[in-house]
Amino acid sequence: MTGIDEIETRVAKLLAEHDPATTGTVDFLRARFDAGLAWVHFPVGLGGLGLARELQNQVNTLLAAAGAPDTDGGRNPIGLGMAAPTILAYGTDEQKQRYLRPLFTCEEIWCQLFSEPGAGSDLAGVATRAVRDGDDWVVNGQKVWTSGAQNARFAILLARSDPDAVKHAGMSYFVCDMTDPGVEVRPLRQITGEAEFNEVFLTDVRVPDANRLGAVGQGWEVANATLMSERVAIGGNASPREGGMIGPVSRTWRAHPELRDPELHVRLLKLWVDAEVARLTGARLRQKLAAGRPGPEGSALKLTFARLAQQLSGLELELLGEDGLRYSDWTLRRPEKVDMIGRDAGYRYLRAKGNSIEGGTSEVLRNIVGERVLGLPPEPRGDKGIPWKDLPR
Amino acid sequence: MSAVPPGADVDLLYTDVEEALRASVRSVLSRRLSAPQVAALYDGAAADPALWQTLSAEVGLAGLLVPEDLGGAGATAREAAVVLEELGAAVAPVPFLTSSVVAVTALLAAGARDLATEVAEGTIAALATPLPATTVAPTVTATADGRLSGEIRSVAGALDAGVLLVPAAAADGLRLYAVPADRVRITPVVSLDMSRPIADLGLTDVEATLLAEGEAARAAVEQALEAGAALLASEQVGIAQWCLDTTVEYLKVRKQFGRVVGGFQAVKHRLADVFVQVESARAAARYAAATLAEGDPDRSVAAALAQAYCSDVAVLAAEEAVQLHGGIGMTWEHPAHLYLKRAKADQIAYGTAAVHHARLAGLVDLPA
Repeated sequence: MTGIDEIETRVAKLLAEHDPATTGTVDFLRARFDAGLAWVHFPVGLGGLGLARELQNQVNTLLAAAGAPDTDGGRNPIGLGMAAPTILAYGTDEQKQRYLRPLFTCEEIWCQLFSEPGAGSDLAGVATRAVRDGDDWVVNGQKVWTSGAQNARFAILLARSDPDAVKHAGMSYFVCDMTDPGVEVRPLRQITGEAEFNEVFLTDVRVPDANRLGAVGQGWEVANATLMSERVAIGGNASPREGGMIGPVSRTWRAHPELRDPELHVRLLKLWVDAEVARLTGARLRQKLAAGRPGPEGSALKLTFARLAQQLSGLELELLGEDGLRYSDWTLRRPEKVDMIGRDAGYRYLRAKGNSIEGGTSEVLRNIVGERVLGLPPEPRGDKGIPWKDLPR
Repeated sequence: MSAVPPGADVDLLYTDVEEALRASVRSVLSRRLSAPQVAALYDGAAADPALWQTLSAEVGLAGLLVPEDLGGAGATAREAAVVLEELGAAVAPVPFLTSSVVAVTALLAAGARDLATEVAEGTIAALATPLPATTVAPTVTATADGRLSGEIRSVAGALDAGVLLVPAAAADGLRLYAVPADRVRITPVVSLDMSRPIADLGLTDVEATLLAEGEAARAAVEQALEAGAALLASEQVGIAQWCLDTTVEYLKVRKQFGRVVGGFQAVKHRLADVFVQVESARAAARYAAATLAEGDPDRSVAAALAQAYCSDVAVLAAEEAVQLHGGIGMTWEHPAHLYLKRAKADQIAYGTAAVHHARLAGLVDLPA
């Protein structure tokens, strides 16, 4: 039986046994996980069938056509996009059994405790300490830019377990229970007026050693696997023409001839071309991944999307003119997810400023492209070979 | 906009067949063409006709797009695009784009089967329109009995052509004629890009063979120009990739201030930006080639999109190559100037980005 045949058979069986019209979302997603249709490239018993990754598109298409409930990816992007592949690659059997199913059904939301006030783009500088105490680790420190922490049940946590080692070697990677004593989440209000992110204070949090992902001191390697998943996830979804931020601008242009201006027209058309080419570049990247030939374009695409989002949202405000001067709402709110397209132009303009910072700044990504893709020499470093505790701070 | 994303099912990668074809073209070019030979064209040397004969004999390039029953290879725009990437990467002075792509497209669209067969057998053809043309605007007139008079400026591929395909205005509308080149005054021009030189043509009461008339003639010429624009994008990708690769290799060894220059962040970031744009250009060019090959309804959008994007990327990559090579990049000895000249000429050929933006404005409903 070919992969496609097996997929079609299993989807038909799932739909026959769990009518989407009458089955609740969580029940349906549990059944889907158990049928191996959560991530078909994951192993049998862990939400998958051990098939080729690209067959997932077929599953998603068939289920969507049948009106089946989907995972609420927008509520659990860290869990689905980053924690799941990392747990699969580095977790123990017990960890995989415990975490993957409720993660997929979004019964348990995940967040990411990586960045710190002193460790953003230089992530290997994390200072949050994890000190071994019997079967536990005692964790102390402060994390920042943690989206979704207020809703999260679990976090993937990068912490310093050996300050005497050089900085990349002295870190370990844990699963942190966000309901444990000593975990405090404080909203961090941002440029849009909303508090999409949080600061997370960790005070004597006891993390069992059984919650460690990967070996002691292997944290940097595990974190890199997570970050690679993040960059693949960005731009990883097929979208229709004008499906991104070019959409609202183009629709405004069509609907309001009175706003048109020759100079804006030139800029709009150039950005329309850029957006469409970026969409095709994403499609080509996915085809390469599906063919088992992962390319280095993931980092490149993130650079492109950040620039596009900023240029398009800026153009949109100018196009709107007087209306561009009005903002929807400055009230402090806690959005469940980032929805750029569904918001107004002023929000898009301000929120897009984060696109070239979050998930690796554009400056760091250009270094990555220059060094890992083009093979150019690395930046000179002042922290090489020096134990973390001796680094100037 | 349609519910199905345009191009959702279009293969943007290279097939094994395409890669094999690429290897053949690259092999001939590496044996038969050097940068000094291209540079010599600017000092009055003639292009070596044996290079084109070898490419045609060994790889079948002359009739690549001509159907097999007419003596060609029966390949599609996808394969032609891969050939153009390699020809661009070598700034090869051969008439593949002007004869095997543009002229052959016009001949096949006009139903001129005998002439298409002759091109596959080695006759070089050229569409007699100015190189930047994207629409038909004939400057030649035809009498009722098919005698042509007029001037056509800036025609590419005319110097080595055996037959010229001439759009002409007749009393009853547009017509497309074939004229043996020896009946035409062909005046060479000192061209910005001497690896694809242009020439001015003059016709005085010249006897010509009618190929198509009316809408059929217009469609044949416009299809040919659109195919030229669509596939020129792949040549531009080849140029840009060569410029990026060569510059990166140089900056891995060139030292200043006691450091390898490619290690300076200001330089590294510029090269990263070129890389991002070259990869994007490749996706756009592949999409244009694939939609053209499949007769996809989105092919006109794809062609304008590819030209609007790729032409500027090739120029950027070539300009960055000159700049980042420093003084050596300004010399006649270094080949960077050959790529800059081809890239800049290509940016104008078959329509500038601005022209294609204006086309897109109509095609995707974003009017001025």
